[in-house]
Amino acid sequence: MKNFEVLGKQDTRSGFGAGLLELGQKNNQVVALCADLTGSLKMNAFEDAYPDRFFQIGIAEANMMGIAAGLTIGGKIPFTGTFANFSTGRVYDQIRQSIAYSNKNVKICASHAGLTLGEDGATHQILEDIGLMKMLPGMTVINPCDYNQTKAATLAIADHVGPVYLRFGRPKVATFIPENQAFIIGKALLLNEGTDVSIFATGHMVWKAIEAGQVLASKGISAEIINIHTIKPLDEEAVLASVAKTKCVVTAEEHQLAGGLGESIAQLLARKTPAPIEFVAVNDSFGESGTPDQLMTKYGLDAINIIEAVEKVIARVDKQFV
Amino acid sequence: MSDNKQLINLCTQIRRDIVRMVAAVSSGHPGGSLGCVEYFVALYQSVMHTKQPFDMNGKDEDLFFLSNGHISPVFYSTLARSGYFPVKELNTFRKINSRLQGHPTTHEGLPGIRIASGSLGQGLSVAIGAAQAKKLNNDSSIIYSLHGDGELQEGQIWEAAMYAAGNNIDNIISTVDYNGKQIDGSLEDVLSLGNLKMKWEAFGWKALEIENGNDLNQVIDGLNLAKSLTGKGQPIVILMKTEMGNGVDYMMGTHKWHGSAPNAEQLESALNQLNETLGDY
Repeated sequence: MKNFEVLGKQDTRSGFGAGLLELGQKNNQVVALCADLTGSLKMNAFEDAYPDRFFQIGIAEANMMGIAAGLTIGGKIPFTGTFANFSTGRVYDQIRQSIAYSNKNVKICASHAGLTLGEDGATHQILEDIGLMKMLPGMTVINPCDYNQTKAATLAIADHVGPVYLRFGRPKVATFIPENQAFIIGKALLLNEGTDVSIFATGHMVWKAIEAGQVLASKGISAEIINIHTIKPLDEEAVLASVAKTKCVVTAEEHQLAGGLGESIAQLLARKTPAPIEFVAVNDSFGESGTPDQLMTKYGLDAINIIEAVEKVIARVDKQFV
Repeated sequence: MSDNKQLINLCTQIRRDIVRMVAAVSSGHPGGSLGCVEYFVALYQSVMHTKQPFDMNGKDEDLFFLSNGHISPVFYSTLARSGYFPVKELNTFRKINSRLQGHPTTHEGLPGIRIASGSLGQGLSVAIGAAQAKKLNNDSSIIYSLHGDGELQEGQIWEAAMYAAGNNIDNIISTVDYNGKQIDGSLEDVLSLGNLKMKWEAFGWKALEIENGNDLNQVIDGLNLAKSLTGKGQPIVILMKTEMGNGVDYMMGTHKWHGSAPNAEQLESALNQLNETLGDY
C-alpha cells in the first residue's frame, strides 16, 4: 500500500474559495453569486477583490439560480454558492428548467454537503444531492476529496462549457492530493494499485478509503483505491479496467445509497460485467445533530465500515468461484 | 413593416397563426396568446432594437424573455414573421421532432429563444441576470420580460422583484399580461393579487399601466414611455390590461380557452373573424 503524506488539515470549502479567488484574476468573465452565506462558502476574498463581479442575492436561492442563468446570456460564467441542500433540492425546478434544460453555463457550487455539516442536523444535511443532480441531462457532477482537489476542480470547471454541480464540505479533513495536481473532469484518479478489491470512493470518503486500505494491507488484502471525483460523466473505462482485475467492488460515499456513486457503478457493472459489490453509504435515512465524526460513525461511514465491506465482498467472490 | 396599418395586419395574421397552430394539434394555449398579440408586435416591430442573425449572447441588442411560456404560439408566430425562422415551420408546433416545443426552449436551437420557460415564475430572475450582464458588459440595451398575472402567485417573482429594486436594476422593463384570468377561473376566484400596482410600488418598482393592451398604439406608447424611464435607478413594470382570447368572439370574456384548442368547426368560425392579411404559413 502506497504511503500518503498528510499535507495538512483543511476544509474543502476553503479550497473552493481559493480557487474562486484565483479565477477572479484569471478569467474576467467569472462572476460569483451567494445567497447570504458568503463566509460559510469562503467567497469573501472574491467579493473583496472583485466587488463588481460579486452578487449578494440575499436568502432567495430560486432567484439566485435564475439570475445565474440570465448572467450567462452575455457571456458570463456564474458560480453560485450556498449550502448543498439549498443548491439542489430547494431549487431543483429552477436548475432543471432555467439551467440544465436551457444548457446554461452555470457552476452550482455547494458546501456543507452530507453528514459532516454536523450540529445543524438533518434539515441541512442533504444526502440526496448527487442523485438529484446526476439525473439531470447534461449536468456534470463533481465531488472532490480534499482542499487541493477542490481548488483544482474549481479552476477546471470554469473552462468546461456547460452546467456543473460542484459538491464540497464543511469540516477540516486531511489534505493529501499534491498541490497543483491537474484536475481532469471525468477522469478517475488511481490512488493505489491493488489486486483483491476495487474501492471506488468520492468526497470525504476517499481519505477513509486510504485509511481502510492501510489496515487491509496489514491483513494481506491488496486494495485498489480509485478516487471518483467526477460522478457524472463516470469514467467507465477506469472502473471496468479495475474490476476486470479485482473481480469485486466496494463503493464509499457520504450520500444516500439510492442515487449515489455506488448506484452509478452498480448500473455500469450490471450492464457490462456483473461483479459482487458492497456499498458504504447512508441507507435510506436522514441524519441528525452531532459532531461530524460521531455522525460518520453512527451512520456507518468510517474506515472500519469500508474494511468490513471489503471482507464481505471478497468472501462473496470466493463463494462464487470455489 | 413601419406604418400602423401593416402592423395591424400583422396582428391579424398572427392571430390566424395562433388558432391554426393550436387547432392543428388539438392542444396549446390560445387565450393568453391572442391577448398578447399587440404586445409582441409592438416589441418586435417597433420598440426593441434587435439584430440578425440570432446570437444567444445578444450583445448590443435589446433582449426579450417570455416567462409565461405557455403562450408560445404568439411568441413563435411573431418570431417567424420577424424573420427569425421560416414561417412554414409554424406548422411543426407541438409535433414530434420540432424546434417549436409546447413551451419555448433553447434545447432545440430555435432562433429567438434564450431560455426555456413553462414552469412559471422563473423568467423575471433570468431577465434580471441578463440585465446585470448587460451592465457588466457596458451594454446600454434594454431587457424586456413578459409575465402572466396568474404567474405572479409564484413566490420567486417576488424574490426577483425585491432583488431588482434593491440593486437598482434600471435597464429592465417587465410587463404583466393583466387579463385577470388563469386556468381554473378568474384571479379573484382562484387567488386574488390584491392591489397589484401598490404591490409592485411597495417592492420599489416604477409601475406604469396600459389601459388597453389590445390597442397597438397604446402598447407602443406605453413601452416607449417605459423606455424613457430606464436608467433612473429603478426597475419598471407595466401592468397591461388585455383580453384573453382577443379577436375571436367565443374565446373572449371567459377563462375557458386558456388551455384548450378549438375543434374544426370552431377553427372555421375563428378564421372567419380573422382575415388572411399576409398569407398563412
